[in-house]
Amino acid sequence: MIKSLDPRVTRENIEENNLIAPLTPMDNWETYEVFHQKKRGDQHMHVGIVHAPNPEMALLFGKEQYGRRSITANIWVVKTANVFASEYDDADMFETTPEKQYREAGGYKVMDKINKYKKANKA
Amino acid sequence: MYGNAYIDPNEKANAMIAGEDPIKLAEFEARIARGEKIEPKDWMPKEYRKQLIRMIEQHGHSEIIGALPEGTWITRAPGFKRKMALMAKVQDEVGHAQLLYSAAETLGKSREDMTNDLITGKSKYSNVFNYPAFTWADACIIAWLIDAGAIINQVANAKGSYGPYCRALDRICTEESFHLKYGHDNVVTLATGTPIQRQMVQEALTRWWPPIMHFFGPSDKISQHSEILMRWKVKMASNDDMRQQFLNMYVPKIWDLGLVLPDPKLKLNEETKKWEYTEPDWDEFKRVINGGGPCNAERLAVRRMAEERGRWVRKALYNATEKYVTPLA
Repeated sequence: MIKSLDPRVTRENIEENNLIAPLTPMDNWETYEVFHQKKRGDQHMHVGIVHAPNPEMALLFGKEQYGRRSITANIWVVKTANVFASEYDDADMFETTPEKQYREAGGYKVMDKINKYKKANKA
Repeated sequence: MYGNAYIDPNEKANAMIAGEDPIKLAEFEARIARGEKIEPKDWMPKEYRKQLIRMIEQHGHSEIIGALPEGTWITRAPGFKRKMALMAKVQDEVGHAQLLYSAAETLGKSREDMTNDLITGKSKYSNVFNYPAFTWADACIIAWLIDAGAIINQVANAKGSYGPYCRALDRICTEESFHLKYGHDNVVTLATGTPIQRQMVQEALTRWWPPIMHFFGPSDKISQHSEILMRWKVKMASNDDMRQQFLNMYVPKIWDLGLVLPDPKLKLNEETKKWEYTEPDWDEFKRVINGGGPCNAERLAVRRMAEERGRWVRKALYNATEKYVTPLA
């Protein structure tokens, strides 16, 4: 029997070689992705996962794991199995987007023309 | 295999990367050299995956087992505020284990397998938790100095190359800073208190100093193996460097309180700016890590009991239509 400094442990009368059957697959259930909104008006941000047997428990674990300090307005949980994601190997499909200056405010510069015009038309 | 970058698997240094596609390996290493993170579904060398799983899993186990010596003192913490704080700290440690297990899971090892390897003794955890917390002061020294050591290790690893591990460590480090402040506050309270309180904290410090010196592990052998792990940003600092950093930050704070460290050789060499100390007893370290410490048997027996007694609840909640999918990030 384990004699511990912790009286709670000693009271459990635990055998030292209390070998147990190994955990089997799904013992810890499936996973949910957790999204955390700090305050109203903010976006929900992905913060990590929890293992849970159902969405209600996932919310409970999500609250304990990702909302136990500081402020939280709202939490979402989504089954990992229900997330459809792009592949990092396909990241080249985004390769040319930073070049699309015509989609950016910064792609439109007119001051040179205005100044040139003003200078040329100064009486 | 392409090109002429044939890797001779018989050469010892190459055993780690033997059989890897040299082009993919070069792209992988270039990504890390550029400071980019590796994400779960990226190609990675087998050895990178193996080393990371081992490291993150052991880190997770250490958080779980570390909660046991500290948890011992929750019911007997002096005062309501300290009881609340210690409960919060212990909950944080268990939460850290969840975050770390999640990161290791993305590399393909299930949480059930990690738990199995812990409770059968196949996986290790931090050696310090095989020692008992005799008094309240021991719990305070753990909260201050063991957590301080953990922060040094974790801040270094947070700059590593594996995205999920870095993200977990960023969250963990924020919470550890509360643990450190809480531990320091408790140690200062005892050290500036009555003579009995001072004696209590001094005795705890004397007990914990050898395990603390063991905390970062023995000096690393300079090997090509560790060079590759450094290049892959799996290992971020040498054990000795982390130990030096710890001594530099905390020995002065300990001495500020007039406490004595049980090592007459401990001093800062003003020329080299390095700390000199008596070489820790690495035979003792090996003996304890291999099961010979005062609390190894208890820690694993308690962990097995918790697993076994919770099993029916987990089974009752299980829904057979569920399907496990590896977490994304």
